[in-house]
Amino acid sequence: MKTLANEIEVIISSALDNLDLIEILTDCITGFMNFDEDSAHQVGMSVRESVTNAIQHGNKLDLNKRVHICFEMEADRLSITVRDQGNGFRADKIPNPLDSENLLKPSGRGIFYMRTFMDEVEFRSLPQGGTEVFMVKVVTQN
Amino acid sequence: MKIETRTIGDVRILDCSGKITLGEGTMAVRNTVRDILKGDGKKIILNLEDVSYIDSSGIGELVSTYTTVTSNGGKLVLLHLTKKIQELLAITKLLTVFQVYDTEQAALSGFGKN
Repeated sequence: MKTLANEIEVIISSALDNLDLIEILTDCITGFMNFDEDSAHQVGMSVRESVTNAIQHGNKLDLNKRVHICFEMEADRLSITVRDQGNGFRADKIPNPLDSENLLKPSGRGIFYMRTFMDEVEFRSLPQGGTEVFMVKVVTQN
Repeated sequence: MKIETRTIGDVRILDCSGKITLGEGTMAVRNTVRDILKGDGKKIILNLEDVSYIDSSGIGELVSTYTTVTSNGGKLVLLHLTKKIQELLAITKLLTVFQVYDTEQAALSGFGKN
């Protein structure tokens, strides 16, 4: 883990056990930035969902593949980038979980929660392979 | 994640505590409900009062558990939603699917118990 003035970058192996560590780190960062409780939960959940997707769907739990997570802290916003080494995917192909035919499906809500909770969410396919998720949350302080 | 099971009449009350997240948490819910169904239990109350955190996989497990119980001729209701779980269910329209109760008495009454 390297720490710059306003940037923290973490590289983890594709083990689900790492999710709790990332959650603790995210809570520390949102606390440090004085996000209110609801916003902190929304950021924490969005990071957890994106890292879960990177580990499970992107890297397919391959422990030899890494997930890069970067937190960039500015006075008025937190930007988060999550990058995997998978085969990429089309975010626009994800079914809408609110459609009646999807309501009782057990999966498919993670990206919906991210898009609901964050101010910006963007999915990028990387030229070298893999997917990068870029998310922004504007600071609303206590 | 911890689940303690109580029985009132033919109703099983599952007092859940901790985190319902992908892996251990979701498996605990799935296995507990599966065992109840195997034992011919049909009426289940999931008490979520002490659930500190749930992710989309946990929400998905609630849905999956609901459909499994229903397809086995049973009924599953939710008790004591936290504010965060209520919000997660509301924004995905799942409050229209689940029966939700604020008190154990009301949940039992929903099964015809007093």
